[in-house]
Amino acid sequence: MESLLPERQFSQKWHIKGLLTVVLVILILFGSGQMTGVSTDFSWDQFWQILIKMTQPDWSYVSAIVTPILETIQMALVGTLLGTIIAVPFSLLAARNIMKNAVARGVIRFFLNLVRALPDLLLAALFVAIVGIGPMAGVGALTVFSFGMISKLFYEAIETIDDGPIEALTAAGANSIQTIVFAVVPQVFNQFLSYFLYTLEINVRASTVLGYLGAGGVGLYLSQTLSLFRYDRTAIVILAILVVVIIVDGISNRLREALA
Amino acid sequence: MQLVKQSPWQRFRPWVITAVVVLIFAWAFSGIPLASVKPQALIITKAIFHGLFHPDWSYVYTGDGEDLVTALVETLAIAFLGTFISAILSVPFAFLAARTKKGFFTPRSTLGKVILTIVRVFPEIVLAIMFIKAVGPGAYAGVLAVSIHSIGMLGKLFSEAVENIDRGPNEAIVAAGGSALDGLTLATLPAVMPEFMNYTLYRFEIAVRSAAILGMVGAGGIGAPLIFALQTRQWPKVGIILLGIIIMVTVIDFLSGQLRKKLV
Repeated sequence: MESLLPERQFSQKWHIKGLLTVVLVILILFGSGQMTGVSTDFSWDQFWQILIKMTQPDWSYVSAIVTPILETIQMALVGTLLGTIIAVPFSLLAARNIMKNAVARGVIRFFLNLVRALPDLLLAALFVAIVGIGPMAGVGALTVFSFGMISKLFYEAIETIDDGPIEALTAAGANSIQTIVFAVVPQVFNQFLSYFLYTLEINVRASTVLGYLGAGGVGLYLSQTLSLFRYDRTAIVILAILVVVIIVDGISNRLREALA
Repeated sequence: MQLVKQSPWQRFRPWVITAVVVLIFAWAFSGIPLASVKPQALIITKAIFHGLFHPDWSYVYTGDGEDLVTALVETLAIAFLGTFISAILSVPFAFLAARTKKGFFTPRSTLGKVILTIVRVFPEIVLAIMFIKAVGPGAYAGVLAVSIHSIGMLGKLFSEAVENIDRGPNEAIVAAGGSALDGLTLATLPAVMPEFMNYTLYRFEIAVRSAAILGMVGAGGIGAPLIFALQTRQWPKVGIILLGIIIMVTVIDFLSGQLRKKLV
């Protein structure tokens, strides 16, 4: 009698796919190891020295940190707000149910993808070159960064709305501005606020290091204390960042839960 | 018919919220010197865009190891190795931080979560500089920085994956006489593996971006040539490096997205 069991193919029998994947990963690992020179010695005493210095923070430095840390929060707030304002029209133009023209939508989405490919610190380096050292460079970098992120979150939110109200308003003769204001905005407003807060959290975290490249805020003090080998003060800066990030995350999480 | 009377707080709540938001942003804008922009900002912006559209193609490949392709491959190597190491290191932290018991007092999971938060907030650039002190400037320091910093996020995502799995199979194995280790290797790990892989790939996408930055402090990769080109105002070179980073990030995001679609 002929067997009814399905025959296993050669590649399935010997797990060719899985084996090849493992071999490939190992090859890439070795290649990366070669490329980055990971065999170099690790000098533990240097590393321990830094760590030991960091565990004895210079508490008197706290007073010097307060103003820059507030400036960091201001930068994050302004950057997120500006980025959001620019992002709203772009997110409408990139949403499938608002922008019916596929070519225009594709162009806008391509542009947004390009913007999103740039990391925050890279933007900071560019803006320091453009507007000069100071918090304006940080605001510029955060504006572009949050623009890229928010526009994607927003257009995905817009695409999930119920089409009924849009159709009803269009049928009643509303123009596209009226449709957006009365059919789209009320449906996505809470989600928008929630995403705004989420981006603000990320921007607060990002803005604390932007100053390292001269873009304002507390990051400047990171680079100063590190280059003077005052790791006891670096520890204070890091602790301050930790406190601010935890507070902002906590507030933002509570607000987002209230919005949901 | 009797209307429900609104309390004063309910009636004024929108106004109070609006006022608070306006005050917060007024304070935020007051701290930013909006006018303090270098007068030549427009010229430099134009120069950068000119550089983007007329990039220095000769920099793409020169063969002496100081070109764009080598730097990009080095960036990818840092990200790959760093993510791989941190994915392995994250697993014990994930099990430490996962909240598998109900109740208010969970010292083990709280300890794990606190450790992961501290690691996550510790700036990657500072880590990179600490490792540069230990191993000298170069890609190795970048690998170490990425592998330690990523634990913060991967450990958190992994621990959430562990919290969310069905614990039935594990209990069944233990009830049938298996040891706790049997439960871990035969029930828990197979259940969380796809999610672990998914998060690792996602973190790899992020690691590529941060590896592109770490070079700015001397930890290898594309960041160093970029910051040199910016400081010496070689805009065509800035243009080609930016193009290179954009293409690399886009391609990696696409590939990793395809792989993750297959996994889920």
